[in-house]
Amino acid sequence: MRNQLLAGVAAATLLGTVSGMAHAQQDATAAGIQQYREMLQDGNPAELFEAKGEDLWKKARGPKNASLEKCDLGKGPGVLKGAFVELPRYFKDTGRVQDLESRLLTCMETLQGFNAAEVAKTPFNRGEMANLTALATYVATQSKGMRFNLPNNTPQEKAMYEVGKRLFFMRGGTHDFSCASCHGEEGKRIRLQDLPDLTKNPGDGVGFAAWPAYRVSNAQMWGMQLRLNDCYRQQRFPEPKFGSDVTIALGQYMGVNAKGAESIVPAIKR
Amino acid sequence: MADPMRIRANLAGDETTVRVLMAHVMETGQRKNPAGETIPAHYITDVEATHNGKAVLQAAWSTAVSQNPFLSFKFKGAAKGDKVVVKWTDNKGESRTDETTIA
Repeated sequence: MRNQLLAGVAAATLLGTVSGMAHAQQDATAAGIQQYREMLQDGNPAELFEAKGEDLWKKARGPKNASLEKCDLGKGPGVLKGAFVELPRYFKDTGRVQDLESRLLTCMETLQGFNAAEVAKTPFNRGEMANLTALATYVATQSKGMRFNLPNNTPQEKAMYEVGKRLFFMRGGTHDFSCASCHGEEGKRIRLQDLPDLTKNPGDGVGFAAWPAYRVSNAQMWGMQLRLNDCYRQQRFPEPKFGSDVTIALGQYMGVNAKGAESIVPAIKR
Repeated sequence: MADPMRIRANLAGDETTVRVLMAHVMETGQRKNPAGETIPAHYITDVEATHNGKAVLQAAWSTAVSQNPFLSFKFKGAAKGDKVVVKWTDNKGESRTDETTIA
């Protein structure tokens, strides 16, 4: 009896040690991956897009031959520092809550004379849409290291937050997926890709705080609009229109949830 | 001229570390476009880095190097404020030269 008890205790201790070792190994692997990601940041090709975006911001372009230097991204015309971490937000001149990319499109239309509808229909990474992504990368980089602090204090912003929350949990499409299917719980992953829990602040440089990012696997710069578009594509939903209220509402929901999280944009992804 | 390179050079002790990010499509010539046509090869073939006119690195590249190449190398014998010039040439004969000051 006593021997059985001792054997049981010994077995439990051994199991505890083995699972402890496995856990330590997982931590070591996670630490290794983290180190690898930091090394990748050194030569992040996103810098090339940022440089192009800076060029485009300052260059006189479009039918009105004007630059974007007077564009108001929420903190006043031409104010770039801190603008990214306060978007989406409500804009009186358009009467809409807008995210970074839709606001840049507004400025491209009002200041430079581009046809916003035409640009919005352009596929990602082509033509003026590629320019828009580069601009978004540049603007977002000006807030690198700052913490998300969306105002979320107007009725419109608060309504968009609630709409975003509903959309986040809304199941549909051929697979009955919702955003929450993948991003609604702590500690989930798909194959080797960790999935942040976006119903709350998932931490610094994660989720909403990690886009725009350069994707190594397809050598493309992705903003949040393309990220959401692809999320819907993966769920086998119809793809949302560029700058649609759906995408902005989701951005509002994620952005408000991410309050206090540090932006690492421009990030690098697999 | 093609899109600019981003070059950074830092001196630590007697060693200068140069980091270059080049913007180049680096097309291998093996890929096909949606219409089924082969996309022609377009890649950097030669890279040369010079310091005070003297070559400190010469590289012969091929299709094995991927898009937007990142190059990092070290060399000795430079001082703060010196210029490092990097030039690449590709298989179409295009080239790009950029420089930086050692910090």
